[in-house]
Amino acid sequence: MARSLSPLEVYNLLPKTNCGKCGEANCLSFATRLVNLEVEIEECPPLVEEVKHRENYFKLKDLLKPPVKEVLITRGGKAVRIGGEYVLYRHEFTYRRPTAIAIDISDSMTPESIIDRVKQIESLSYPYIGKELKLDLIAVRSVTGDPESFRKAVRVVLDNSSLPIVLCSLNPDVLKAGLSEMPGDKPLIYAATVDNWSRMAELALAYDCPLVVSAPNNPVALKSLVKTLLECGLKDLVLDPGCMGGEGLYDTIVNFTMLRKAVFRANDSLLGFPLLGAPISVWLEKGRALDRKWEECYLAGMLIVRFADVLIMHSLDGWVLLPLLILRDNIYTDPRKPVSVKPGLYKIGTPDENSPVMFTSNFALTYYTVSSDIQAAKVDAYLIVVDTEGLSVTSAVAGRKLTADKVAEAIKESGIENQVKHRYLIIPGRASKLSGEIEEATGWKVLVGPLDSSEIPKFLSENWYGKRLWEAGR
Amino acid sequence: MGSTKAPKKTFEAMVFEALSQLFQNLKDAEIELQNVSIEADEIELEPVVRTVLAQIPTAKIAEKPTVKRLPEKLLEAEFTPPISEYPGRVVEVKIGATKSEGGSRGKSITIGGEVAPALYVFDGLNPHPPVVSIDIFDARIPLAKAVKTEVEDVLNDPVEWAKKAVHKFEAEIVNLHLVSIDPLLNDTPPTEAAKTVENVLQAVDVPICVGGCGDPLKDLKVFEKVCEVAEGERILINSVTLDMDYKRLAEVVKKHGHAVIAFTSMDMDMARELNRKLYEVLPRESIVIDTTTAALGYGLDYAFTVMERTRLAALMGDVELQHPLSSGTTNAWAAREAWMKLDESKWGPRELRGPIWEVVTALTLLLAGVDYFMMMHPLAVKTTKRVIERFTSGGMFDSSRYLSWASLDI
Repeated sequence: MARSLSPLEVYNLLPKTNCGKCGEANCLSFATRLVNLEVEIEECPPLVEEVKHRENYFKLKDLLKPPVKEVLITRGGKAVRIGGEYVLYRHEFTYRRPTAIAIDISDSMTPESIIDRVKQIESLSYPYIGKELKLDLIAVRSVTGDPESFRKAVRVVLDNSSLPIVLCSLNPDVLKAGLSEMPGDKPLIYAATVDNWSRMAELALAYDCPLVVSAPNNPVALKSLVKTLLECGLKDLVLDPGCMGGEGLYDTIVNFTMLRKAVFRANDSLLGFPLLGAPISVWLEKGRALDRKWEECYLAGMLIVRFADVLIMHSLDGWVLLPLLILRDNIYTDPRKPVSVKPGLYKIGTPDENSPVMFTSNFALTYYTVSSDIQAAKVDAYLIVVDTEGLSVTSAVAGRKLTADKVAEAIKESGIENQVKHRYLIIPGRASKLSGEIEEATGWKVLVGPLDSSEIPKFLSENWYGKRLWEAGR
Repeated sequence: MGSTKAPKKTFEAMVFEALSQLFQNLKDAEIELQNVSIEADEIELEPVVRTVLAQIPTAKIAEKPTVKRLPEKLLEAEFTPPISEYPGRVVEVKIGATKSEGGSRGKSITIGGEVAPALYVFDGLNPHPPVVSIDIFDARIPLAKAVKTEVEDVLNDPVEWAKKAVHKFEAEIVNLHLVSIDPLLNDTPPTEAAKTVENVLQAVDVPICVGGCGDPLKDLKVFEKVCEVAEGERILINSVTLDMDYKRLAEVVKKHGHAVIAFTSMDMDMARELNRKLYEVLPRESIVIDTTTAALGYGLDYAFTVMERTRLAALMGDVELQHPLSSGTTNAWAAREAWMKLDESKWGPRELRGPIWEVVTALTLLLAGVDYFMMMHPLAVKTTKRVIERFTSGGMFDSSRYLSWASLDI
């Protein structure tokens, strides 16, 4: 496990020339960042390019190898990386490669509807604390069982999307037709089973693609397949332990948990590969589409928490995918990052003596959400961050970590009194019950702001700029 | 590698391929090629090497598959479940008391007692399923529209609200939040608040949990009275915190035979500290802990990890954390994605987004080890309960059917 390595151990295998090509001041500092997995070995050009370092390169590669192998699904210049995990629990270090989400396309669809769906998949995007959350992969399934139909469907997808691909069929002939359309790329192939493994192995070898190994609810068969396929010379495998809702939910969660734990607690290296979940299987049950979507969503959510590295889904509804995109972002956030930001006065834009003054909590997420909402509205403002011990406004009010006295103290320490001429303080809507106390403790006139910071721009235009309050408040 | 030249291949991919080939050659024939004029290329390629390799870090230097003769049949393998021994065990806490136990509840509910992390069933089977309770309030508070629609008819009456929560939404326990006692709101006096508690106890026969307003002084006064009138019912007091007179509250809880939630803010050291203080008065079997729940998207990762670590520490023998975990899952509704109107054509109606937000928050924390869920939306309650039932009753994975999803006509 990389985190238990000492930087010195790694340093000894680096060129030790302090050439600076990696962007670090010296090799030791690069070694430290390597151990923390903040950089990759390949970012040291001499190590990769110079033959004399070749042996050390391989030693380092081995030393830093994650217990769960990293597998790449590539298309053109795009690569989706899955696996590459070093720990069972995120607090032991950090999870690294966010669960990739694939949405299916079937070869029974018309080219027009494929194009339509591909466009939807590609355009789904949600802004979240400075990032755009998006889908990662397209899974093309063979519903017809006909190689030619599959080949055509793959062609349409390739012509209309740049996303890396998962090719799904249990029939090697069908898969071969799809693979023939993508030379040079490395789609993920689904799947080798106890019945078809030999021909799947040939395909994966011939096209040099990562291969999913599927043995539903049968870890012994799964391991047996892995062992055999490794013997065939395959290296990039992905494991499908089976995934079902309803009656199958129990075994699904238990299998994912058991297999991943075996890697980290029993050194079961045959299982050291990314795990694939297929919540799409909920559609095997008949019934209302709404119910299927609902179940697919929460099943996928549980698998994101319990170690799935890639998911194949059918629902393309925003309300199904949004909680999953955010959950995966949350779970794969580095837990070593601090929960809180430094309390104090933050200027947004170029505020002057007439600009509005607001405050918020020092919970990092609250701060980033509020400040990015104000920034997006292009408003100049002062934002005072009150020390709420890293709690959000709601929790801080409930837990008495945000009180009128704390606000008064923050105002005093921020020096805001010398920066603005008015004495109006806009407080978070979720702290509204403190408004009287805050007026008393600070001597400032309180304006209760909106419940959600996304409404700050509207609030300001109506209650601040509209009324030109600063002129009266001097 | 490099045998096929696809027309659509990007420049980077080609360079990468060339580089891999180069490395491969160098490896095969190290000495001969070592000083050949590669240097000029190296300089030119350097920025590309960096971009390309940053994108595809597992440089294929070592990865070339070695084609072997395929085995004729599957090789045999064995699998042993990775079982851990956990020296610690979570205490059991009983909530509610039946007639024979000195109260008037239809049944009492025991939570905790875990011997393994949640759903690590190969490590050990936990004795009690988690329970789902529903939040009700003694005064009107701002509620998300999706929730409000469900309880509009009972918003002004905690007794009716409690009945609806139990009979219609199948709450296993009712969380009565006495928000009206807040000195900054109605400042309802303790006797009046206690009366509401008595009324709710009479209206429903499930165990109840009573919450305050967050003001440490007022909460203590009200809890004293509430504990007194509910004597024998073994209610759960929500909550005791480090910034109140915890000793006084613990004594009151003990005197009248109730249980309490010890609330701290995402900090395991504070959770231990508060418990240590409570142990001076209360038996461990009267303490549930709440390490704070944040909404999906708004700190759920912190909440999840603190709970997961807390439970693992408990199982590893940290006595001060061996308590059932409570979660204010209703906090999920603080996420703007749960309650706000967003572009419906893209993100769907908030009537669906809200409850699924609560579900995903709940199930994430279920996997962290939560024993006691405080929830709000009936749909979210229903789903969470169903999932818990699935995990309690085991299941039947239909292996023969599973793989057909690949060719399913949806």
